[in-house]
Amino acid sequence: MSNLITKYFPFFTDREVPHTVSARPDTGLYSAKLGIWLFLASEVMLFGGLFSAYIFLRIGSEPGYWPAGLLNVPVGTMNTAILIVSSITVVMAWAALKMRQLGKYRLYMLVTILCGLIFLTVKLSYEWPAKFNHFGVFIKKEAASKYEDFLGNKHLQEAGQNPRWEISGHLLDAPKGSHYAHQAEHNAEHFGHETGRHDAVTPAEDDYVIQLDAVNANPSDKDNDRPHFWPVPMSTKLAVISAADVESASVFAPRHSTYFATYFLITGLHGLHVLGGILVFLYLWLPFPGGTKLYKTNPEHLANRVEIAGLFWHFVDLVWIFVFPIFYLL
Amino acid sequence: MSASHSHSPAPQDASHDNHGAHDQAAEAAHIAAHLGAYIKVGVGLLVLTGITVGLSYVDFGSRSMNIIVGMIVATIKASMVAAIFMHLKGEKMTIWRFLIMTGIFAMGLFFLTFLAHSDPITGTSYSTH
Amino acid sequence: MSTIATADVGHHGGTEPHGDHHHHELGFWQKYVFSTDHKVIGLQYGITGLSFLFFGFLLMLVMRWQLANPGAAVPVVGAFLRSVFGETVMTDAGALTAAGYNVFGAMHGTIMVFFGVVPVAVAGFGNYVVPLQIGAPDMAFPKLNMASFWCFFTSCVIMTGSFFVKGSAAKSGWTAYPPLAGIADLEGGSLWLNGQTIWLIAMVFNITGSLLGSINFITTIIQLRAPGLTWMRLPFFVWAQFVTAFLLVLAFPPLEAAGFMQLTDRVLGTSFFMPTGLMVGQTVAQTWSGGGSPILWQHLFWFLAHPEVYVLILPAIGIVSEIVANNTRKPLYGYKAMVYSVFTLGFLSFIVWAHHMYMTGMGAKVAAFFQVTTIMISVPSVILLTALLLSLWGGSIRFNTPMLFATAFLPMFGIGGLTGIPLAFNAVDLFLHDTYYVIAHFHYVVAPGTIFGLFAGVYFWYPKVTGRKMSEFLGKVHFWGSLVFINGLFFPMFLQGMAGVHRRWYDGGVTYEQLAGPVLHWNKVMTASAGLLALFQLVFIFNFFTSWRIGKKVGRNPWDATTLDWDTPTPPPHGNFEKPVEVFRGPYEYSVPGHPTDFHPQSQRD
Ligand code: HEM
Ligand SMILES: [Cu+2]
Repeated sequence: MSNLITKYFPFFTDREVPHTVSARPDTGLYSAKLGIWLFLASEVMLFGGLFSAYIFLRIGSEPGYWPAGLLNVPVGTMNTAILIVSSITVVMAWAALKMRQLGKYRLYMLVTILCGLIFLTVKLSYEWPAKFNHFGVFIKKEAASKYEDFLGNKHLQEAGQNPRWEISGHLLDAPKGSHYAHQAEHNAEHFGHETGRHDAVTPAEDDYVIQLDAVNANPSDKDNDRPHFWPVPMSTKLAVISAADVESASVFAPRHSTYFATYFLITGLHGLHVLGGILVFLYLWLPFPGGTKLYKTNPEHLANRVEIAGLFWHFVDLVWIFVFPIFYLL
Repeated sequence: MSASHSHSPAPQDASHDNHGAHDQAAEAAHIAAHLGAYIKVGVGLLVLTGITVGLSYVDFGSRSMNIIVGMIVATIKASMVAAIFMHLKGEKMTIWRFLIMTGIFAMGLFFLTFLAHSDPITGTSYSTH
Repeated sequence: MSTIATADVGHHGGTEPHGDHHHHELGFWQKYVFSTDHKVIGLQYGITGLSFLFFGFLLMLVMRWQLANPGAAVPVVGAFLRSVFGETVMTDAGALTAAGYNVFGAMHGTIMVFFGVVPVAVAGFGNYVVPLQIGAPDMAFPKLNMASFWCFFTSCVIMTGSFFVKGSAAKSGWTAYPPLAGIADLEGGSLWLNGQTIWLIAMVFNITGSLLGSINFITTIIQLRAPGLTWMRLPFFVWAQFVTAFLLVLAFPPLEAAGFMQLTDRVLGTSFFMPTGLMVGQTVAQTWSGGGSPILWQHLFWFLAHPEVYVLILPAIGIVSEIVANNTRKPLYGYKAMVYSVFTLGFLSFIVWAHHMYMTGMGAKVAAFFQVTTIMISVPSVILLTALLLSLWGGSIRFNTPMLFATAFLPMFGIGGLTGIPLAFNAVDLFLHDTYYVIAHFHYVVAPGTIFGLFAGVYFWYPKVTGRKMSEFLGKVHFWGSLVFINGLFFPMFLQGMAGVHRRWYDGGVTYEQLAGPVLHWNKVMTASAGLLALFQLVFIFNFFTSWRIGKKVGRNPWDATTLDWDTPTPPPHGNFEKPVEVFRGPYEYSVPGHPTDFHPQSQRD
């Protein structure tokens, strides 16, 4: 079998190139260590490009167009903690291998993989979908006074805050022809069940009806001037907004605003990195020829591989350390 | 850029392993001594995460001030990960050299985009501040 | 000298037996297709890249025809082009349409830069020559090397395929500026299967391939140098590749990030680069929320693309240095100064990018910063050029074909570089920006500059790859024809540009007769030169293929060179060297007084 592999897929077998395992004396490095750091340098520039886009778009955004407090802070904090724990376990897994304790290595690696999986699951099955069912409309400035009850710009101005142009919540009724019609129908049904009210659907064909978020329900309440740690429950207040007054309307998807565009792109790319890390860890954890099987023939080589994968994983953690505050908190 | 001026022939043999059994044991002992540090740093990171969240509800006067405070804490955390978990502390010069370059270019990218944005020709600004 | 030299060839033996007895025989697929051998990968890159260079050149020929004869059917091949490229690009009569002109323009730039010069100069020559010159058996990561090539190859297939989707390939220039590039090709077409979207996807693959390759290069150079090959004994070509690889590793990722952003702008409707209130046709576009900035793309694009121009030129300078030292039979003048210059150049190239953006309305402070850095970067460029020119001084120069191309490279690169200096000044650039002057500036650097360097390299290392020399006679025909007509092609562009002719006029300036009238006749001269230039390339292609079979057989060191690449059997076997190599001296010990031959190889103890 392995002969066949060598024969037909020569690239699965290692060539005799120096310094794959042992360090070159004058540099003190084995090649993969140098390689991964170069790769991480390029990753710094990749995320550097994305973060500089974030800075650029944020300082360039018109006041009131860069939302805050829309993400779930407790969940984000938990995910941050999970990544940090996985960073500890992966370095412990490497140390265990260096001390030739295969059992401990297996255990620590398993915990690392599980942490990665929890992180991704939370992101993909909870955080992102919750956003996709949240809806916001930006009101045209000239029409804003009509919606002062939901925007509270007079209060914000007195408080020295940025103005608010967006009304957000759950969409219950969409203008005719909107591709959110289906979602609205679904939400309206749900709303009817919960509250027993049936005023969510207006006969007018060019109205948005939105079940309001707390900020829009009480926009002049000082309590709403700054974001909260625990997400504030939605109100049952409804807003009816004429499509003619709307500048742009979207669920909290990438197209909603430059804020969500950067959020989804950066967390999406970060998520892909997490996924990649998990796959590599699985490979090193299972009895593949390049995984735990390698322990028998060349434990040092396996330890090197874990170190390389670990460096990548720490970097992914490091990126998240910046992602978390800039999107969730600040 | 001279990682080596040594004229001694470098071993070119892949099978050559310069960790003898003795070296390996010494290295293992060295690592065992570090385990406590990893846990401590990990706990430190968790605490700092709590602090980041807490500080974000404190008003430091202006929005940009709040952001600066948040970024300082994040940078401290990132340095801890890089220095201890990624072993950058005591890492070889070769790696440090190009990481410093990378840092400079990344800062250049941030800073100059910022400059170019905040110093437009009068009347051509494309957004209000 | 020649007698001594022959003696040495005799000593090494003529064509050698292949030294791969200790390796098992590989089948065809593993040997030539899915190979992890750096030499095969180098050739794969080189040949793919050369084909794309030729293809890109042909696109430009069609455009040049259109510029000199607006609206006229392309002679001979018009009908053929119509059937290949379809109705978007060619009229039924066989003339280039306006959209077709944009397609060809965008694809010419993209292909020449990312699919032609970089693959040949960096990945082709770098892969083949660098491990040989540093005495390594292969690259540090052979599998990664293969992955790099197949990533690149995928990008080639995708990019070429984009000609055949509805609406044809990308039309927004190699710079893909939004908001134009953000809305291009979306009307009435598919969200994914359209020119600009495919362009972005292909670029992501291309960039990934480049990144993998350059990580490999740097690691190889740091880790696999032969014993005794200290940094200041590296051939200059290796230095050039080393710095180039760093430029790629650090400058490409921001463009990859920007590529993702433009992709989501197009397929997910984000507004990274789409400004508020964007008008498409008569109405405000509703597809985008707005709030983005087209200038952001320009920053991220040029953050790559300025270092990229050095990626295009440095390997060529490296090749030329090797050839100049070898054929003047003298050490390079100022080798150390050249090494420091190339580092300075690499560093500075990251902080000059906005000199491409003077027209975006940047303020005086920022403009001043970029003007100063741009002028600073011309200093190391001039040092490199001067060192090479002074290397010629007092040499007993052998004017073989590689040396002819290398010598011509110097003044051509000089013209290209010096004409960049006026562009560095904001006040001058506001007038010259987007005119044919800029086109002439950078084509002098990359065409009679880089491409001549690449030709020199092909003629120089061909004997190492095949064991045979290319025909000197055909080589000289190729050289003189190319030199004359490439100048006939590019020099008039300076004149047109200074007269104000814009770089993207589809009819060559006829519509703007008022302005362009006095320089319009140059279009005919340039187009004729382009056609004749093409004819002389056929000589090269003929020479390239026939010499493989009938060229003059040579030994392992036909040029009496000193560096390690000439120390291997010809062609080098799997694993390169027969016995472990060791290095005892600097790279260019030619005509050392007291030494019996006029060259002293690096691997010779005494
Ligand atoms: C020696 C110093 C050089 C200086 C001061 C210089 C300066 C400039 C400036 C200011 C521009 C922008 C002109 C405009 O768009 O209005 C420019 C364009 C350009 N330069 Fe250079 N340059 C130099 C060398 C090079 C080299 C070595 C290369 C390539 C190998 C190169 C390739 C290019 C290219 C490709 C463009 C135009 C890109 C485009 O707009 O499509 N330059 N140069
Ligand atoms: Cu430039």
